[in-house]
Amino acid sequence: MKKLTLQEKQNSADALLKRINALHEPGETVRLMEVCGTHTVSIFREGLRQLLPSGIELVSGPGCPVCVTDQTYMDKALAYAERDDVIIATFGDMLKVPGSYSSLSEAQTKGAHIHVIYTPLEVVELSKKYPDKKIVFLAIGFETTIAVICATVKAVHAAGLKNVFFLVSHKLVPPALRALLDKQEGHIDGFILPGHVSVIIGEEPYRFLPEEYHIPSCIAGFDGLEILSAIANILEQRKTGNFVVGNTYHSVVMQKGNPVAQAMIKEVYDVCDDAWRGIGVIPNSGLRLKDAYAAYDVERALPIQLEKPSLDPKGCQCGRVLQGLIKPSECPLFGKSCTADHPVGACMVSVEGSCAAWYKYGYSSGGSTWED
Amino acid sequence: MERVRLVHGNGGRFSHELTERFILKYFTNDLLAPLHDGAQFPVTAGRMAFSTDSYVVQPTFFPGGNIGKLAVCGTVNDLAMNGAIPQYLSCGLILEEGLAFDELDEILHTMSDMAKAANVQIVTGDTKVVKKGEVDKIYINTAGIGIIPEGIDIGPHRVKAGMDIILSGAIGDHSIAVMGQRFGLDLSDALKTDCAPLNNMVHAVLDKVGPQVALLRDPTRGGLGTVLKEIADQSQVGIKVEESAIPIHAEVQSVCDILGYDPLYLANEGKVVLVVDPSVTDEVLSILHSFEEGKESVLIGKTLDKNIGKVGLQTAIGGVRLIDLLGEDQVPRIC
Repeated sequence: MKKLTLQEKQNSADALLKRINALHEPGETVRLMEVCGTHTVSIFREGLRQLLPSGIELVSGPGCPVCVTDQTYMDKALAYAERDDVIIATFGDMLKVPGSYSSLSEAQTKGAHIHVIYTPLEVVELSKKYPDKKIVFLAIGFETTIAVICATVKAVHAAGLKNVFFLVSHKLVPPALRALLDKQEGHIDGFILPGHVSVIIGEEPYRFLPEEYHIPSCIAGFDGLEILSAIANILEQRKTGNFVVGNTYHSVVMQKGNPVAQAMIKEVYDVCDDAWRGIGVIPNSGLRLKDAYAAYDVERALPIQLEKPSLDPKGCQCGRVLQGLIKPSECPLFGKSCTADHPVGACMVSVEGSCAAWYKYGYSSGGSTWED
Repeated sequence: MERVRLVHGNGGRFSHELTERFILKYFTNDLLAPLHDGAQFPVTAGRMAFSTDSYVVQPTFFPGGNIGKLAVCGTVNDLAMNGAIPQYLSCGLILEEGLAFDELDEILHTMSDMAKAANVQIVTGDTKVVKKGEVDKIYINTAGIGIIPEGIDIGPHRVKAGMDIILSGAIGDHSIAVMGQRFGLDLSDALKTDCAPLNNMVHAVLDKVGPQVALLRDPTRGGLGTVLKEIADQSQVGIKVEESAIPIHAEVQSVCDILGYDPLYLANEGKVVLVVDPSVTDEVLSILHSFEEGKESVLIGKTLDKNIGKVGLQTAIGGVRLIDLLGEDQVPRIC
């Protein structure tokens, strides 16, 4: 792919903003949800909000994998972490996520063995390095990550490793969007759909958006221009009334997605209901290892009972933030008891969390206003 | 293979042997030679700068350098950021029992090479050995003294609105090189630490236009983003920088894209941010360009009399992003 020069980038941005302004009726409010946490961060990093007409509101959705991980899951991870015979292998993002009574980083300071991995396949080396320990991998993430973790499950199986286990709480994006629309709480005029998830699943699984809910949507890449072009695409659909699943990320997202990855996910996992932080159980939104791989499912292989009930942090509005019902700054804890250095809720923990992005790029820099 | 033993730190014959075989092999000068409890030297009238730093990098050896290179360059650069000409360094070594003599030798060799490059002398030192596992191979502390030439006054108090901000080259090389080694990432051979002594380049600038240089900062831990925000806070100015002007090598950008790191918060060990009067910007740039370590120097932004305490990064597509201090360490994102 050719890299654009600065001048080309500026020209494209100008042209897209012109198109967006022409498509947007002055005075009209259009609420678009960027589903993916990486989009949320890009929107701040590129300073997109102040370039858009004031009526176009961008609200963050439930697409930050760490943020939507349920409290009970964290409590289970912590219970495994406390065992002397367990090494927790995890994405670094999970360390600070508060469970009901502690966090992995706190457990680490008390001596728990927690290993931050860069790719899930590292569990194979860990298994060989620590043959007397049980390696428990925290398998969270959306479709993008699921494919890589499937490959890991298969690699562990093929190598005949007996000491690697998975604590699974994957999340599927399309059922979550359906659940948001079914709740009918907040009004959404269109979805900016996640680019990387769509690389795996393609356009098809989003068809229900235009067909059943009559709502425009567009798959977007992650730089500023790609997000602007998805916004223009959605506004165009609104103007013409011809609602489809748009795709402005053709360079990497095929209509049918990645069939190899899809087949692997089907081979390793069954679809199940799953709990989302602050939202509750969403039907068919999670995955469970198939019986053929049950030996690697830590909850079946090494079951534990949580001693105390899971509790959501008091006053935390992560659930409403994740559904786009309130802005992070509207949570009573935001910037007061919940800050980037001392997070209360998961949305403040993850780099992709909308509260963390609002805090980092606005609040803590002295407000998001910049005088030109 | 010969290794460091606890007795090498007991102050007796074995300590002498370690000093003579390794330390004096590389560090030789008239001030160190008496091997007394400290170095004695004459002082001149005027102002001096004094700085210290401890080095605990893991891994000890990484692409383009090792802990010894950091230990000399780091303190030399801290002195240079004060506008001082570094003169003397001290060197405190804390060695782990079992460290291979070959590795110690290589580190000391590098320190000696860097001291020569920076034109400083290591004039006093100390060596301790601790039990295996109490440190990771070797920790080094260096402290340094430098002389501030007359007419040079560098500090946040000198920064006013309307000044130019110059960066001496691409950011993030050091962090990514060290991290790549630490985590066994298979990165391009081109990716090396930028660690280098900056004092010769900085003094070439100060020699010509010293009074017009308000501030010098090396964006080490915390990265360029943190340094810019600190300048805005401490000097009570606004700062606007152009994202597209900030050089980032393609290898570094790729790793950042994959892992979700923000290059603005990656550590550098051979870069300087200069805040200068706009009347000398072109001259400063041309001096920097004449040095290997400054050949990618660019003007990246300006100080403002509004947006006090804020740093705005103008993005390529015309938006403005606010830059804060680095908070938690950056961790790789999940997707």
